[in-house]
Amino acid sequence: MIVGTRKPFEEIIALLGEPVGNRILVLGCDSCMAVSLASGEAEVKELIDELREHSDALGLGWEFEGRTLKRQCERKYEERVSELIDGSDAVVSLGCGVGAQMLSENFPLANVVPAINTSNMGAPEARGIFKEKCMGCGDCTIHRTAGVCVLARCSKALQNGPCGGTTDGKCEIDPETDCAWATIYDSLKRRGRLDDVRGLVPPKDWSRSHSGGVRTVRVG
Amino acid sequence: MPGILERKLADGEFVVTAEIGPPKSADPGDFLKKARMVKGCADAYNVTDNQTATVRMSSLAGCVLCLSEGMEPIMQITCRDRNRLAIQSDVLGAAALGVRNVLCLSGDHQSFGNQPGAKNVYDIDSTQELMVLDRMRAKGELWGGERLAKAPDLFLGAAANPFGEPAEMHMIRLAKKIAAGARFIQTQAIFDVDLFERWLGHAEREGVTDGASVIAGIIPLKSYAAAKHIAEGVPGTFVPDRVLERMSSAADESAEGMRIAAETIEAVRGMAGVSGIHVMPIYWYSGVRPLLETTGLLG
Ligand code: SF4
Ligand code: SF4
Repeated sequence: MIVGTRKPFEEIIALLGEPVGNRILVLGCDSCMAVSLASGEAEVKELIDELREHSDALGLGWEFEGRTLKRQCERKYEERVSELIDGSDAVVSLGCGVGAQMLSENFPLANVVPAINTSNMGAPEARGIFKEKCMGCGDCTIHRTAGVCVLARCSKALQNGPCGGTTDGKCEIDPETDCAWATIYDSLKRRGRLDDVRGLVPPKDWSRSHSGGVRTVRVG
Repeated sequence: MPGILERKLADGEFVVTAEIGPPKSADPGDFLKKARMVKGCADAYNVTDNQTATVRMSSLAGCVLCLSEGMEPIMQITCRDRNRLAIQSDVLGAAALGVRNVLCLSGDHQSFGNQPGAKNVYDIDSTQELMVLDRMRAKGELWGGERLAKAPDLFLGAAANPFGEPAEMHMIRLAKKIAAGARFIQTQAIFDVDLFERWLGHAEREGVTDGASVIAGIIPLKSYAAAKHIAEGVPGTFVPDRVLERMSSAADESAEGMRIAAETIEAVRGMAGVSGIHVMPIYWYSGVRPLLETTGLLG
């Protein structure tokens, strides 16, 4: 899933600026960002409540609508609320960066305000804790490293083993972050498969990652 | 023709290398001031590459300044700041200017330094850096196979952390670095001689160090504050409590730091698998000469 967090309220207000009218639509997304606890129905309502308080306090007279789309990144779900979008002076997107972009793309006249900071491709490990797992390199090689992605989960993307900075299984950047190589070692050791990481891994071909330029995936 | 470092190691002589951290300055004099403080103390001089991710005069410039002083440099190149294009090109340039020793490093994460908002590179890791440079050296080819008109004459090194955990995983990586072309290994600073000796034994049993010379890292501690800073702020360095206690209770902290460093040098010199020492003065350049004098390693 895509992991993200809502921007602080003050930043959303600053991005909203002075909408030309007073009709504000808050659009959530029921996919990744909802799992990220940032864009489900509850979060849409929460943001509307905050905005309403702000509007009341300053006498702005804003009016609100809120909807949560199944997937904000797909036109067919966006089109189901096209009248609402067309009739709004500002559309506050609680979708990820992709969702917010697709709104702008599909509704070129809409004033889309991105309210999410999209972070990474990861997974929830406990309630409210999401960890990065993949950086979309386009050429998956996690079979070499106990199913752990060193590109996304090692802070230096080291492909041949740990740096000298790892301490007690944690990464040198901070004691809360697991060292990918400590995780790999534990897993391989348990399975008696340390030989998996003994061979030299040559420089990676990054051309299928973002380094190769903007990517288009064609299927079928 | 091989350089002093390579030749002495080949002859089985005990070598001394010393580290010079380039200044935050565009003045060559600021580099040379430091260099001259350690000149004549070592067989070769490591010039660091934006160490602890802090912007400084470039390693290549420092290496060339060393050469102008008749000091043999070891150019450190981290994978944090350069991709394979830049590394290969810098090494060709360095070789053209007379640099032959290169130490391949991952580099400290930029969050430690003065550019925490920087985007890091990590196109290749330090093992892959060795593979790339060793191919240039041995085959006269760029990565990808293109021929070089002239191959760089390189003597390649790598770093090792004898105290890194999980130890077995670190040993596997060290073996890979040597398989990739490292001929000398400079270790992190040693403050626990017994632990280091155990690591060395492990490395020898595994045959890891057969292909490369181990040069043991030494940091002379100038003060208790410096010891604490190194223990807490330098990634990958392990300073045991008893060393911190010795420093904190010493009447003369720098004299105690000097004693600890001298004892460490004496101890590692007696170990069969150690080919030399690598002195990292951190901020104590003036301490290097007296330290080597006391241990009889000068001249
Ligand atoms: S190797 Fe590439 S595709 Fe596989 S998890 Fe890592 S970044 Fe994602
Ligand atoms: S401590 Fe581990 S995860 Fe962090 S950069 Fe080093 S090897 Fe990678």
